[in-house]
Amino acid sequence: MSFEKFKDRNVGEDGYYMVDIEDYPETGWGKFKQVASRSLKGELFVGLWVVLREMFKFDIHTVQYPKEKLPIGPRYRAVHKMLRLFESGTERCIGCGLCEKICISDCIRMDTKYDENSRKEVTEYSINLGRCIFCGYCAEVCPELAIVHGGRYENASEQRAHFVEFEDMLTPIDALKAGQQEEYPGFGAIIPGSDKSVKKTPLAY
Amino acid sequence: MDTAYFIETIIKIVVLLLVFSALAGFGTYFERKVLAFMQRRLGPMHVGPYGLLQIAADGIKLFTKEDIVPQNVVGPIFKIAPVITAATAFMAAAAIPFMPSFTIFGYEVHPIISDINVGILYILGVMAIGLYGPLLGGMASANKWSLISAARAASVFISYEVVSGLSLLAPIMMVGSLSLIDFNNYQTGGVGSWMIWSQPVAFILFLIAAFAETGRTPFHLIANDHEIIDGFGTEYSGMRWGLFFIGEYANMFFISFVIALIFLGGFGDGSVGGALALLGKVSFIFFFFLWTRAAWPDVRPDQLMWLCWKVLMPIAVINIVITGIVIMF
Repeated sequence: MSFEKFKDRNVGEDGYYMVDIEDYPETGWGKFKQVASRSLKGELFVGLWVVLREMFKFDIHTVQYPKEKLPIGPRYRAVHKMLRLFESGTERCIGCGLCEKICISDCIRMDTKYDENSRKEVTEYSINLGRCIFCGYCAEVCPELAIVHGGRYENASEQRAHFVEFEDMLTPIDALKAGQQEEYPGFGAIIPGSDKSVKKTPLAY
Repeated sequence: MDTAYFIETIIKIVVLLLVFSALAGFGTYFERKVLAFMQRRLGPMHVGPYGLLQIAADGIKLFTKEDIVPQNVVGPIFKIAPVITAATAFMAAAAIPFMPSFTIFGYEVHPIISDINVGILYILGVMAIGLYGPLLGGMASANKWSLISAARAASVFISYEVVSGLSLLAPIMMVGSLSLIDFNNYQTGGVGSWMIWSQPVAFILFLIAAFAETGRTPFHLIANDHEIIDGFGTEYSGMRWGLFFIGEYANMFFISFVIALIFLGGFGDGSVGGALALLGKVSFIFFFFLWTRAAWPDVRPDQLMWLCWKVLMPIAVINIVITGIVIMF
């Protein structure tokens, strides 16, 4: 098989044709003929039939939003989550401070201290969501996959502070034990079920 | 005039007002649902089962909204315009027989408020007065969009009065009466005797004129939302705007009754089946009003005028002449 066909980028020649558009009528008699042909050719009934067919097919595409929600992809960057280790249940954050350093809108604040085992412990952690631009650098830089972006996009509340506390973002320990914490698939992960929507890209024009 | 007749007429008027005001509300619900299904949406769903109580919610909203009369409007005219639209729509219903006469508790009821001998002339005339609602409301609103809408309303209504009047002249010549009951009795011989078969041209012309006079979609340029906001209704709020709405929908229902009675056999021989058939025909014509809104684009005002004066009116006149010749020989 030769590649001649695929290398031919001259799309205007092969199989394309100009759509036959009539000239706009100049005279009154021409206008009348156009109206008469458009009225009597049955074009109006084609329109009626199309909408009636759709009504009887009843193929409704409405998503009734508060009751139904569309799935969102793992790349979506909504309000942050802090994850726990699956085995021990302790928080993954090691207090390295990389997220605080890299945050370009300067909205992450953290305080750490050494605990009795000489391990770093996070004492204060907050994200000012009034400044956060949801760029995702904090999740990208985190060496422990501790801070990730969640899918909670409905962040209307009485106060911004309702989202910013470390405890609010941390997976609750009982939710972890119930197996509700899901591992972050990482950047570039594909949307679940996207295999089905993949189509072969037509190479030839 | 005896007391029984007086009481009966009052009751009939009250029933008609209540039924058709409620039907106007149901008409909006029905329209939203039908348009939604045709566009693969669901329409109102949240208030009540399948959104059925949406009508009540809309009614509460319209009644409790602040009644705003803006600066610079001509107050009295601005206030009376919606009343004209609603009142003329219901006044026109006085000469429409909604059902065949029936007997209840040994008392014969004629479901027509007044069987006057100029019925169809009266209906067309009163519906034509409805022009003053959009015209006065638009001119008094101190708003350019309303003014454009008022000008369009005047030109469309006056032009299409000609078409609707001339197209009805041929059926009137055949029946020899202006009463809608006589029209109905002319077509009692089953589907074959319907006026639509002997006067197809008049039927199509009157249907087109009905679309223009109720301002429905192929000719929806009086309150064309994407060009002139809501036209004459732009400055109105609350129940004043609601009266315009009730008038528009009541007009649609009444003109559906008129079309069904004149061209589609009406209630036939007056049996229960005939009454149900009339309701079915009216429902279909009302559905057709919504159907075209989903399917067809609007025409321009100049195209509408061109269509009226240069195409439809000559056809109507030719139709009358041919009908006259056929009747004569």
